[in-house]
Amino acid sequence: MTAETTNTRARRSLPSMSVLGPIVALVVLVAIGAMMNSNFLGAANITNVLARSAFIGIIAVGMTFVITAGGLDLSVGSMAAFIAGLMILVMNAALPSMGVGVPIILLGMLVAVVAGILAGLLNGFLITTVGIEAFIVTLGTMGIYRSLVTWLADGGTLSLDFGLRTFYRPVYFEGILGISWPIIVFAIVVIVGELLMSRARFGRHCAAIGSNEAVAHYSNVDVNRTRLLTYAMLGLLVGVATIMYVPRLGSASASTGLLWELEAIAAVIIGGTVLKGGFGRVWGTVIGVLILSLIDNILNLTDLVSPYLNGAIQGVIIILAVILQREAKAKG
Amino acid sequence: MSYMKTTLLGCTMLALSGAAWAQDDTTVIGVSIPAATHGWAGGMNFHAQETIERLEETYPQLDFVLAAASDAGAQVNDIEDMVATRGIDALVVLPFESDPLTPPIQSVAEAGTWVTVVDRGLSVEGVEDLYVAGDNPGFGRVSGEYMVEKMPDGGDIVVLRGIPTTIDNERVDGFESAIEGSGINIIDMEHGNWNRDDSFNVMQDFLQKHDQIDAVWASDDDMAVGVLAAIEAAGREDIQFVLGGAGMKEMVKRVMDGDEMIPADVTYPPSMIATAIEMTAVGMVSNAPVSGTFTIGSVLITPENAEQFYYPDSPF
Repeated sequence: MTAETTNTRARRSLPSMSVLGPIVALVVLVAIGAMMNSNFLGAANITNVLARSAFIGIIAVGMTFVITAGGLDLSVGSMAAFIAGLMILVMNAALPSMGVGVPIILLGMLVAVVAGILAGLLNGFLITTVGIEAFIVTLGTMGIYRSLVTWLADGGTLSLDFGLRTFYRPVYFEGILGISWPIIVFAIVVIVGELLMSRARFGRHCAAIGSNEAVAHYSNVDVNRTRLLTYAMLGLLVGVATIMYVPRLGSASASTGLLWELEAIAAVIIGGTVLKGGFGRVWGTVIGVLILSLIDNILNLTDLVSPYLNGAIQGVIIILAVILQREAKAKG
Repeated sequence: MSYMKTTLLGCTMLALSGAAWAQDDTTVIGVSIPAATHGWAGGMNFHAQETIERLEETYPQLDFVLAAASDAGAQVNDIEDMVATRGIDALVVLPFESDPLTPPIQSVAEAGTWVTVVDRGLSVEGVEDLYVAGDNPGFGRVSGEYMVEKMPDGGDIVVLRGIPTTIDNERVDGFESAIEGSGINIIDMEHGNWNRDDSFNVMQDFLQKHDQIDAVWASDDDMAVGVLAAIEAAGREDIQFVLGGAGMKEMVKRVMDGDEMIPADVTYPPSMIATAIEMTAVGMVSNAPVSGTFTIGSVLITPENAEQFYYPDSPF
């Protein structure tokens, strides 16, 4: 509620820094990138950056809802790796009977989406119905999925059949009017997510639960059902992200999706969503994701700092982006 | 107090009887390795298991304990458990990291247990009885020499490095000294962390940054996979070839098939764990001396010899 009132008041005069903060950080990064390298703003580079942001981005949109409702999910990276492995195994197994073609790709996509929803429901069920802390549940499932994919791959790498990979490849690399599919899917997910968060009852319920569970309960919000839905939705989006991920390299291993959960959570927080819940911003998450992948991109395109220090630069920029918002809050 | 004493006494007796039992008819060899968290380690786990199965059949008097640890701390625990509960007579260990593993391995060696160290050396010399070493500077050197041979007129190359570690530094140093003065310039170098996704991103950015790249030293087969995907997606024709490393079966297959983008590979065989277990077992059951250092050289795989290095059953 408070957040909404500040927003309306701010809009009349000047947008508050909590809104401007992440945007300013993004604009500064883009300006630095453009100054450093002439190819930075080229279509090819922008496509690369957006397409590779799409995995984390799609997951981070789901994470925004989970965090807004006062939850957390550490299992998404491992879940993505597990779903990718499962998808590859199923598609390879179905290859002799189905042959290379659209049906087998659709089967793979179905497996990913169903596995994602089931994995999300499992997390949600353990958190809401069984009543275990989200941190513990998802820490547990994180380990489970990571080991499962290692076990499925026998410690090595699961690879999609070469012919299938060639057929499936355009899903990552091609698209409509020069805009590749991951970017299109990412954009759709963001638009639907933004509408759900700011215009629909579901988004308001998430924020209500996140700011005060008891009050939400007495206001006739079905707390458990809404929470369960946020985890299921996140699971579904992990499945969608995996559908985009598998055609890129056509393989999954124990190192797939490593630390994606932390990147997704960082993107959500940089974007202005409150880590302890109660307020969420989907468009902010998108900016957070873009900031994170631009830092990597710029560091690769320039020779400014030793590659040993990449992590440090990232850390500094993440903290700066959040400080920018906090300072504004203290003033306004 | 007396309860504690009894317990302690009981434990000591158990441990003694356990050790006595172990020494009676069977010799126990403990094998401690890092868990299969990436391709190379997966291959190493596969070869360790396969070797143990085979040796247990060949030598009924040998008993093996295999433990795969997910980090250096867990590996120390594994080794302590092996000594305390299984009374091992020999330890074959591929240390996660040299420094944290040196003291615990040292105390195992001081207790009179045979110690075989694999791949990574310990920080203190002379602890182990047998050292089966991988040759990281040699890996870099062989890769560099191949580059020089393949590009006699020189050229511009980009390099993808592994996770920042001593191993990676030794490889890159070996590579750089091998190409020195050959006219080959490293125009860019970044860490791809021995990871397909990371190397894909880095290579995409290299392709944006540099208009002309003659060749890529991916320094690892997993990274070569990411590099090839990025080149293919960008549709660039200027890159003549990509040199990986380690000997992953898919890459060896491509060398065997005469793929122009993958003309060669450099081995860093995960099966070196098999060499170490095998030699330790021989030392335990026979009079053949096996102490000393055994260095496993990095060999260049070319279409001519690729067949010898192709293991279709291995996960790596």
